[in-house]
Amino acid sequence: MTRYVMVADLRRCVGCQTCTAACKEGNATPPGVQWRRVLDLEAGTYPEVSRVFLPIGCQHCANPPCMEVCPSTATKQRADGIITIDDDLCIGCSYCIMACPYDARSLIEERRYAFGETPTEPEAARLDKNAVGVASKCTFCAGRIDAGTARGLVAGQDPEATPLCVNACISGALSFGDIEDESGPIATLLAENRWFRLHEREGTEPGFYYLWDKGTL
Amino acid sequence: MSESMVSRRQRYWDLRAAGNFIGGGTGSGLIVTASLAAVLGAPFRAALILGLAAIAAGLSLVWLEIGKPWRAFNVFFHPRTSWMTREGIVAGALIPLGVVAAAVSSPALALITAVLAVGFLYCQARILRAARGIPAWRQKEIVALILAAGLAEGCALALIVGPRDGVWLGLALAAGLAREAAWRFYRTGLAREAGAAKILAVFAAPSARRLDGLRWAGLGLIAAALVMRLSAVAVPGLMISTAFVIVGCMLVVLGGWGMKMLLITRAAFTRAISLPVVPIRGSKKSHAH
Repeated sequence: MTRYVMVADLRRCVGCQTCTAACKEGNATPPGVQWRRVLDLEAGTYPEVSRVFLPIGCQHCANPPCMEVCPSTATKQRADGIITIDDDLCIGCSYCIMACPYDARSLIEERRYAFGETPTEPEAARLDKNAVGVASKCTFCAGRIDAGTARGLVAGQDPEATPLCVNACISGALSFGDIEDESGPIATLLAENRWFRLHEREGTEPGFYYLWDKGTL
Repeated sequence: MSESMVSRRQRYWDLRAAGNFIGGGTGSGLIVTASLAAVLGAPFRAALILGLAAIAAGLSLVWLEIGKPWRAFNVFFHPRTSWMTREGIVAGALIPLGVVAAAVSSPALALITAVLAVGFLYCQARILRAARGIPAWRQKEIVALILAAGLAEGCALALIVGPRDGVWLGLALAAGLAREAAWRFYRTGLAREAGAAKILAVFAAPSARRLDGLRWAGLGLIAAALVMRLSAVAVPGLMISTAFVIVGCMLVVLGGWGMKMLLITRAAFTRAISLPVVPIRGSKKSHAH
C-alpha cells in the first residue's frame, strides 16, 4: 500500500520561497491563490529568539476534515493518500476551507491572470474554465506523479515523478515519497530524525512531517 | 512553547452565510412556537408561514454565495458525514411539509414540521461545530448557543405576529434568558482555549456590547410586559404592555441577529499555527519546549 507524504527539514529551510515560485509557475494558480507557502515565524522570547521558516500547504491528512464536511463529495482521498478536488462536482460552498485546520484551501472566485488580461504561457496551458468558483489546494502534483509512475519512475526520487516544490528546493529541505516503503528515503528520514506534525491533537493524521532535530545536515 | 502564526479573519463566508444562520434560526424558532400554538389551539398559520419564509430566505442567501449556484443540487451528495448535506435534506422535507401544514391548518402536520425544524437548526449548529479551521465555531458550546438563539429569536418574533398572552410572553422570556445563558457558557468555554483572545476581543468590543445591551433591554421590556399582564392592570396598561412586547421582541430579535453576524463574520479567525519546538537552522541541536 502506498501512502505519499512530504517531509520538510526545518533546519535546512532558508525561507527562499523557491518552492512557492515553482508551485506557482507549474500549477498556474491565479493571483491570491497559493498552494505552497513558506511562513516566516518568529519564535521564542527576547533574547532567546529565532526565525523559523515553515513550508505549509495541504497536509493530505489521513483523516481529512475537508472531505468529511464536503457536501458534494468533490473532495476525495486517493488510495495513495492524496486528497483531490473534483472541479466538476464542487459547488464552491467554501465549507472545506472552513474545516481545514491548516488554512490550506482557497476559493477561486474569478479567472485572473498574473499579468493583466493576457494569460502567461503556463496559465494558458493550464486554463480550465471549470476551475472557477470552486475550491483549490495543493495536489502533491498528483498528475505529475501519475504520469511519472506510469512510466516506471519512482515518486520522490525521479524528478519527473516528484512534486515541483520538492524538485525546486535549493537546500534539500523538502522530501517526498512513500512512507510505507520501509527501506525508502522517507522512512529512513523519519527514523533517523525527530519530527512533529501540525495540530496533532486534531486527529487528522497529516501527511506532512517536519524534521527538527538529530539529523545529518 | 507555542509560537503562533497570526491567524486571519476568514473572508469566504460573509453576511450571506450569516443570513442563512439568521433565517434558519429564527425560522426554526418560529415554526416550533407555531406548533406549540397549534397544539394549544391558538392561531399558528402566520408564524408557521413566516418561519418557512425565513428558512427559505436564508437558504437563498447561501445559494447566492456559492461559487457554482447551478450545481446547488450537488449539496445532497454526502449525507454520510456532511452536516451541510443533512441540512439540505431536512430543509427539502421541512419546507413542503410546512406549506401543506399551513395550507390545511393541520396541528399534527405543524408538529411534525416543528420536529424537522429542530433537526434543521441542529444541522446548522453542527455545520459550525464541524468547521475545524475556525476556532470560534468549533467550540463545543456553539451547538447549544445556535439552538437557544434560534428558539429565542423565533419565540420573540412569534409574539409580534401572533398571540401575546402571558404564556407566550413567559416562553419568549425563558427562551431569551436561555440564549443569554448559552452565550455566556460559549464565551466561558472559549476563554479556556489557548489563542482565543482575538475572538473574545471581538465579543468585548463596544459594538458587541451594544448588541448585548439591546438583547437585555428587550428581555427587560418583555419581563415588564409580563408583570403588567399578570397583575391585570387596566386597559391603558394593556396598551403600554403591548408596546413593550413589540419593542422588546424586536430588540431581542435584532440583538440576536447581530450576535450571529459577529459570530460568522467578525469572530471567524482561522487557526494559528503552533510549533511544539524551535529548530535551529544549520545545527543538529534544536530547542525542545
